[in-house]
Amino acid sequence: MSVLNTKELRIIGFLCNWCSYGGADTAGVGRFTQPTDLRVVRVPCSGRINPLFILKSLLGGADGVLVSGCHPRDCHYAEGNFYARRRLELLKGFLPVLGIDPRRFEYTWVSASEGQRWQHVVEAFTAQIHGLGPARGWPEAPELEILNAVAR
Amino acid sequence: MSIQDDIKAAIAKALQDIPCVIGWGAGPEPLRATPLFMRNAADVENFTAGFLAVNNPALYLPSCKGVKTALVVKGCDARSVGQLVAENLVKRDELYLIGYPCSGVIDVDKVAARLEGKCEPGEVTRLREENEDVILDTPGGEVRLAKKDIAADKCARCRYPNAESADVFIGEKRAPVVDQDEYADLADFEKLSLEERKAFWEKELSRCIRCYACRNACPLCVCRDHCVASSREPHWLTQADGVRDKLFFQLIHATHLAGRCTGCGECERACPVGIPVLTLKRAFSRQVEDMFGYMAGIDVNTTPPLLTFRLEEPEIKEREW
Ligand code: SF4
Ligand code: SF4
Repeated sequence: MSVLNTKELRIIGFLCNWCSYGGADTAGVGRFTQPTDLRVVRVPCSGRINPLFILKSLLGGADGVLVSGCHPRDCHYAEGNFYARRRLELLKGFLPVLGIDPRRFEYTWVSASEGQRWQHVVEAFTAQIHGLGPARGWPEAPELEILNAVAR
Repeated sequence: MSIQDDIKAAIAKALQDIPCVIGWGAGPEPLRATPLFMRNAADVENFTAGFLAVNNPALYLPSCKGVKTALVVKGCDARSVGQLVAENLVKRDELYLIGYPCSGVIDVDKVAARLEGKCEPGEVTRLREENEDVILDTPGGEVRLAKKDIAADKCARCRYPNAESADVFIGEKRAPVVDQDEYADLADFEKLSLEERKAFWEKELSRCIRCYACRNACPLCVCRDHCVASSREPHWLTQADGVRDKLFFQLIHATHLAGRCTGCGECERACPVGIPVLTLKRAFSRQVEDMFGYMAGIDVNTTPPLLTFRLEEPEIKEREW
């Protein structure tokens, strides 16, 4: 069964405006089919991505987080992705300490012309997350859990 | 003259042209010293260094900006100062550092454990040091404990006991306790499976009361009243008291300290409910050391790794897609 006909998981994508968001657009214009688990958040630059965005997503129930920026040396702001690379690499190595599978988070580089590559990244990452299955959530505040139970 | 007297003399000398010297003085109970702000000869009389000199005086530096300040520093304190200087958060020429060889500091929680519930640390009426031991007067009689059994964990992996950057050093330099921090504590923790680690943090953090003592004790948490944890815009943290928000607060601290934390351990010591929050920071420190060969607070002329980059990063193995 392909990922396309399994139940959707929640994957958040943080994409830089100049390259990867453009790349996703190119893929769309080219009508490259992709799994639809990914929810895209557009940010000015991969250097804008606070690692806390990713942690907050994962703690908040995301099953996977994908970050994509311009290729190194191609950053619209010249060096944002160089800073991002260091931060994101450290973050990935940190996740296991929390008991989060590091494969739930990946970062990569996709340029605006690489529609096909974008399709490949989304497919591969979505398959990876489906392989891992839904993430085990973190407990909410006890009072919220009670409220939620009542609301249900 | 004892080292203690030599340090007092150095403090008195520093006070001739510096308004305040920060060190330690007798605390509220025999097991605890307290930060001491010395401005005159009478204050200096209350100075004490040594096994009880636990607090990190670098904590106060960012609020002393613009005023020449002197500190008495242990090796780990000097690293905190070094990191503040490296990040240009304090100016080195506004500082005067008085160093001495540190042979470890007390961890009162370990004393409590050794007293085995026979009495509380607060009931100890006197502490005497005798070479490698301390002798405590407790309601149930004298208790003798080896210093090494009740010293802080960080002291057992101390690579820099000597405040290398001090302007004046009192006493003879000691050999490092270890040459290399093996991060054995982390390796132990990592014997747990991912599920078990998650359960571990859920259990530990369920005790957190979000007092933020861990943040307030951190010499490198310099934002103070502007901490994002207290901001409504952006609203990173809710007022809900679930583990999720408690953990997220720790993740703010840990990520903001990545590549900056010197491992002084003040965060963990300050926690009133004994949450091992230093583990999270050490997880970053180990990576920073492996990846960038950087140890915070050692060399003020090296740019901290997250404030810079290389075009090619030999240590970062990006994944192929
Ligand atoms: S995070 Fe903890 S160990 Fe690191 S510098 Fe701050 S108080 Fe010290
Ligand atoms: S000191 Fe301990 S209880 Fe207080 S906020 Fe930090 S982790 Fe939570």
